[in-house]
Amino acid sequence: MKFLKAFGQFWYDFIIGDDWKIAAAVVLALLVLLVAMLAGVFGDTGLTLLGGALIVIGFSVSLAIDVRPKRR
Amino acid sequence: MDAATWGLIIATFVACFVEMVEATTIVMAMGFTRSWRSALIGTFAALGVLAVVTVAAGYALATWLPESALQLAIGGLLLIFGLQWLRKAILRSSGRKAVHDEDAIYREEVEAARAAGETTKGLDLFAFMVSFKGVFLEGMEVVFIVLTFGLNANNIPVASIGAAAAVVIVLGIAVALRRPLSMINENLLKYGVGLLLASFGTYWAVEGIGIFRDGRESLGWPGHDLMILVLIAAWFLLSRIFVAALRKPAVPSATVAMEVQK
Repeated sequence: MKFLKAFGQFWYDFIIGDDWKIAAAVVLALLVLLVAMLAGVFGDTGLTLLGGALIVIGFSVSLAIDVRPKRR
Repeated sequence: MDAATWGLIIATFVACFVEMVEATTIVMAMGFTRSWRSALIGTFAALGVLAVVTVAAGYALATWLPESALQLAIGGLLLIFGLQWLRKAILRSSGRKAVHDEDAIYREEVEAARAAGETTKGLDLFAFMVSFKGVFLEGMEVVFIVLTFGLNANNIPVASIGAAAAVVIVLGIAVALRRPLSMINENLLKYGVGLLLASFGTYWAVEGIGIFRDGRESLGWPGHDLMILVLIAAWFLLSRIFVAALRKPAVPSATVAMEVQK
């Protein structure tokens, strides 16, 4: 039972980790990319570049939130 | 061998090397304080299970999932995993998070082993289970990386060779030195692996979104595989900008811990 719990903990750590915002940012970026693809806004080149940019922006925002000064 | 194959071996080798250093610390603590026999049986049992998981999961994924679905699912997980490593590397490099310390982990494991009580004869279950769990859980991350890189490059055997080589080398160094491998700059290695995982993850996850369009064809990056080099450069540049922007003078670790949300 303890081992199963540790195995479950492993997957939680793997996907959520120390910062759930990173997983949320990646999912959100891919969802926006999906919407752009289904809307037929860009071709493959535009979509891949948009996807890369969205992921970079998502990561940057999650890290910026992480290190923001705390209110006392 | 071509450059892509070497890249595959190096990526899985470095990733496995980092994880094996962590697992070896746990096994050595059990071996020195309790029973080498039980610790090594636990280690090899875990390596055996990991090998079976790699073969079974590799076969199942390669057989049942279309390529773009594989890229999206595995690329997405790889991306999240890689970005978490990159986040830690940025916070450690900028002095906002405590550096991973194998010596401290070794001391904690030794204390736990001593507190667990004596085993008179036969297999020492405590040493076996702690070693098994340590190697299995650290190894699962390696299995994931081997499967990801191996499946996307259509070459799981070569990816496995990179991982197996790291296991042999880390065990060899540990046996020769007989102490925790704290001299290895694990944080720098993790930074490098984080960059690789984030770059390959971005490449594959974005490609895999094509599963949702007619024909289920992967999206195509301009420049194809060469774009991975651009992504590595972009993630590296972004991480250095963050390190420079967040850098702060060294402060006591207790204060650091309070400033970074877990």
